[in-house]
Amino acid sequence: MSFAIGLQCRECKATYPSEALFVCEICFGPLEVQYDLAAAKGVVTHESIAAGPNSIWRYHDLLPDTGVGPVDLGAGWTPLRRADRLAAVLGVRELYLKDDTVNPTGSFKDRVVSVALSSARRLGFTTAACASTGNLATSVAAHAAAIGWPSVTIIPADLESSKIAMAAIFGGTVIAVEGTYDDVNRLCAELVSEHPDWAFANINLRAYYAEGSKTLAFEIAEQLGWRTPAQVIVPLASGSQLTKIAKGFRELDELGLTTGAAPILFGAQAAGCSPIAQAFAAGDDTVTPVRPNTIARSLAIGNPADGPYVLDELRARGGDCGSVSDEEILECIGLLARTEGVFAETAGGVTIASLRQLVNRGSIDRDQPIVAIISGHGLKTLDAVVDTATVTHTITPSLAAAQSVLSPHLVMETSS
Amino acid sequence: MSVIVRLPSQLRVLVGGEAEVAVEAHDVRSAIQAVEELHPGLAARVLDDEGKIRRFVNVFVADEDVRFLQGLDTVVMAGQTVSLVPAVAGGC
Repeated sequence: MSFAIGLQCRECKATYPSEALFVCEICFGPLEVQYDLAAAKGVVTHESIAAGPNSIWRYHDLLPDTGVGPVDLGAGWTPLRRADRLAAVLGVRELYLKDDTVNPTGSFKDRVVSVALSSARRLGFTTAACASTGNLATSVAAHAAAIGWPSVTIIPADLESSKIAMAAIFGGTVIAVEGTYDDVNRLCAELVSEHPDWAFANINLRAYYAEGSKTLAFEIAEQLGWRTPAQVIVPLASGSQLTKIAKGFRELDELGLTTGAAPILFGAQAAGCSPIAQAFAAGDDTVTPVRPNTIARSLAIGNPADGPYVLDELRARGGDCGSVSDEEILECIGLLARTEGVFAETAGGVTIASLRQLVNRGSIDRDQPIVAIISGHGLKTLDAVVDTATVTHTITPSLAAAQSVLSPHLVMETSS
Repeated sequence: MSVIVRLPSQLRVLVGGEAEVAVEAHDVRSAIQAVEELHPGLAARVLDDEGKIRRFVNVFVADEDVRFLQGLDTVVMAGQTVSLVPAVAGGC
């Protein structure tokens, strides 16, 4: 059973029941799901978790109430891959990849959508919706299709073609907006007032939705033998994923389920959309919006909702935030693929390039364990790599032609 | 000049359930003040103690974020819409 007891404003601490609320009625601050961790202590154990399914729902005690049960395509329990070959290139001792490319629709969004739509169904909604940079739309449309709900997903018109196709294939309504994601987001924030019967996963269901990202922390800790990693690097868009990973590790600590200190958290942004990195570097407490211009479309949020909280979390334990160019992003998608056999979307390139930058800067301790979140599959952003990832030779179907290009000393490039 | 102030669901109770209020105003500040005079209580929800736009409220004039414009001093033309929108929404 869920130990969720209600919602609380992160700013003014006003409390609310577990209803379809997303901002504080008093101060407009964000609402978060609260749990009775005192009651959960001793009930939620390593054994009780291990007895659960191989999905995020093994942590159902620490997720919002689902009523009749979760809306579930099998999100989560993704591999934590030891990445020694990449570690050697980057000059770090112990590196792990949290490989969320293998989720049902190819990104970590399946975690948050499974939680959001489970809560939506409990609350009586019957239509799923979202504002999306692509991955969320795909996940919302897929989960809605699986329970026979209509869906309305709203995306920027100039998204990668593969992401548009992935969102559309599930049969929902896909609305392309001629504008940036921030325009889409603003439009949806207004639409939610006009369609209160639609469950916008990341707007009116946001308090529940965001909880899904905690499962990244839960899984990382469990997969490391209930030990916390020293350092975790997380790609930043709205910033919700990083703040909820922090919350997840705190909850495990409060329940006495982990050993080790709270991880030092690091952020990763593309230079073409780095409002949080800029605010962090400037020592600001607030984030000034920017107009995004980067190939990392899934991170192209110029007005990040959770930006101020990310700054708090980064500073809490001496973290830092990377900011990397589109060239570095593409280079590191290739580096990750060549060294570890993991094909990440552009956000994964942002994470690996930022990891390299922060190791070289000395912010990340190369002798302490590091976990990098790889949040989405490379097939989602094929457009970004088709020009460089292409055939090595084109030949006629003859042995002579094959031998002419395959010299005897041919070896594959295997490192940087 | 008559402009339209558009409210999110959380604030509509303050104006008798309406989604929009038409007021005479020339910039964002005077538009909020004009709604406040018709329906006391709105300004305190949108502005902080120093009279600045609250951290978790976004204000748009003709769909443009006023933080990219002149904030509360952003000019509003006759017939344009000033939208008040909760900031906490969206994204990864």
